[in-house]
Amino acid sequence: MSAELQSVALSWQDQLPVLQIIIPFFAGPLIVLLGSRRLAWPMAFAASVAALVIAMMLLSRVIDGGFISYHMGGWAPPIGIEYRIDAANALVLVLIAAIAVVVLPFAKVSIAAEVPRRHHALFYAMFMLCFTGLMGVVITGDAFNVFVFLEISSLSTYVLVAKGASKDKRALTAAYDYLIMGTIGATFFVIGLGFLYMATGTLNMADLADRIALLGPNRTVQAGFAFIVIGMALKAAMFPLHHWLPNAYNYAPSAVTAFLAATATKAAVYVMLRFMFSVFQPEFVADSGVAAYIIGPLAVLAMFVASFIAVFQNNFKRMLAYSSIAQIGYMLLGISFFNHNGLTATMVHLFNHGITKAALFMAVGALVLRTGTTFYDRIAGMGRVMPFTGAAVVVAGLSLIGVPGTAGFISKWVLVQAAFDNGLWWMALAIMASSLLAVIYVWRVVEALYLKAPNPEAVHKEAPLMMIVPIWIMAGSTVWFGFDTSLTLGAAEMAATALLNGSSGLAEIATSAMQ
Amino acid sequence: MHHHLILRVITKLLVGTIILFAFYVQFHGDFSPGGGFQAGVIMAVAFILYGLVFGLNHVQRVLPPWVVHKMLALGVLIYAGTGVWNMMLGGEFLNYNIFSPLHPSHGQHSGILYVELGVGITVTGVMVAIYYAFAGRRPFIGDDDW
Repeated sequence: MSAELQSVALSWQDQLPVLQIIIPFFAGPLIVLLGSRRLAWPMAFAASVAALVIAMMLLSRVIDGGFISYHMGGWAPPIGIEYRIDAANALVLVLIAAIAVVVLPFAKVSIAAEVPRRHHALFYAMFMLCFTGLMGVVITGDAFNVFVFLEISSLSTYVLVAKGASKDKRALTAAYDYLIMGTIGATFFVIGLGFLYMATGTLNMADLADRIALLGPNRTVQAGFAFIVIGMALKAAMFPLHHWLPNAYNYAPSAVTAFLAATATKAAVYVMLRFMFSVFQPEFVADSGVAAYIIGPLAVLAMFVASFIAVFQNNFKRMLAYSSIAQIGYMLLGISFFNHNGLTATMVHLFNHGITKAALFMAVGALVLRTGTTFYDRIAGMGRVMPFTGAAVVVAGLSLIGVPGTAGFISKWVLVQAAFDNGLWWMALAIMASSLLAVIYVWRVVEALYLKAPNPEAVHKEAPLMMIVPIWIMAGSTVWFGFDTSLTLGAAEMAATALLNGSSGLAEIATSAMQ
Repeated sequence: MHHHLILRVITKLLVGTIILFAFYVQFHGDFSPGGGFQAGVIMAVAFILYGLVFGLNHVQRVLPPWVVHKMLALGVLIYAGTGVWNMMLGGEFLNYNIFSPLHPSHGQHSGILYVELGVGITVTGVMVAIYYAFAGRRPFIGDDDW
């Protein structure tokens, strides 16, 4: 590290990868330091808008292939921490940032109604930390750094879930359950990293990939792989490790659920993909049989069992939580097919399901604002008095089912194609059949919202514009991405190609954008 | 604890020494074992000891809870701010060399001092906040309610 090396000052474009993280990260403590209830929301919103702009700039630079590598503190990897952005994580970055930008205006109204005033500033600080953590998990190219960011996002998530306690005390036990399960997941993950570090002596993902490939068959590496997959499966709520999810989603404040449902499990699925394909090479994973014999069957089970449970719920929010577990099943099924279309389906469903669920959970928040609850008998008929909210539920519900013309159809279409690519025609039938279950559980909500007499105890008024606009941005984009798939499918295909190629190797040049 | 004269006198003597030692560990951290984490804990111990002997009310008059909350945030901001300062000077995030381009090792020294200061403040805040949280808890059923 001589002085000459430092002569070239980095431009602000070179700093984008770290600005992506540092802007929301800075906002969190700054909100606490200022301690102003009035300034908290604008600061959080400004930071997330900045993060979205940066994420889009990063995506535009890597969407044609190649990657950006940023060296923390000027220390070159594998010694230093590296941020590495390629098409796969840039897409997830855009998703998380976009959800944050849309959910925050919604949160302003929703949180004001659901969380005591004195907690507001801290709430937005926690929200920003959670956001930072999720972005960090996705952007980093250092395996241990993934763990650190995972803990940042998880710890703040527990607090966010517990903030639902002012409405329903069960939020506290839900948050505690989530804390225990999440900690076990994180522990498994870090134990796995410990095994890998023991076998290879490095923590940089690209370097790990190189060294694991050199090691050949190695029991320590296999044990590490098992721990990492299970740890991440817990975080992603893979069936049957999903037990923390329904309660956490149900009792958290509506805005928190909307944000988490669209981002948190998605980040975990992304990490799983990243480790399976970029750290452990695709051949290693194929040899282990994990994808075909463990993830695949469990994914199919999730699709049916969780959907089946969702059908019998009488609580809108809880039903959506179970539906999320089923939808994660589709993403994992895509991984288990282990082909290009399968990974494309996983990536595109990650995005499409994120926007669909954000729309639905925000609509739940609007119903909570007017009726105070989410049970079917209490939200009955509200679709007639809240036409915009009700229509958004229908549109997003169609996307959840996978009706043509919505985003949900695109991902299921690719998933079915992937099943046919592997010659698994019965798997394609299973995907259709589980979608029929989705028809039933979505119909039950629509029936409650439209075909029953309005609940006389509820406030008969449409939700405020601050809620309707975010809900419809998300509901509208489920339709938009059902027709215009160039962004989602394009990026997802590029991501799948990048993932199937395995590791892109150690970067030699500082902050390089290779083409 | 009002009647424990010896405890109170010794505590008053010790608190200053502990804080002094915390500063030593803090600012000598880059030459000898120590640094922000250790110094922060030692610093917090001074307040916790004071609180144990004189009571929560007294220590919260010295270090009110709202100050502790600001400390948590301030330390993190100093850490991150050091990195942002490096970026403004044209280096990578937390690249301390840029503080002193002609003598990178000097830059590393000053960088680590700023960063450790942030760590020290936050760790002090966290330890004291945890103590306040536990000490401030009221039992679900008071002693007189049985």
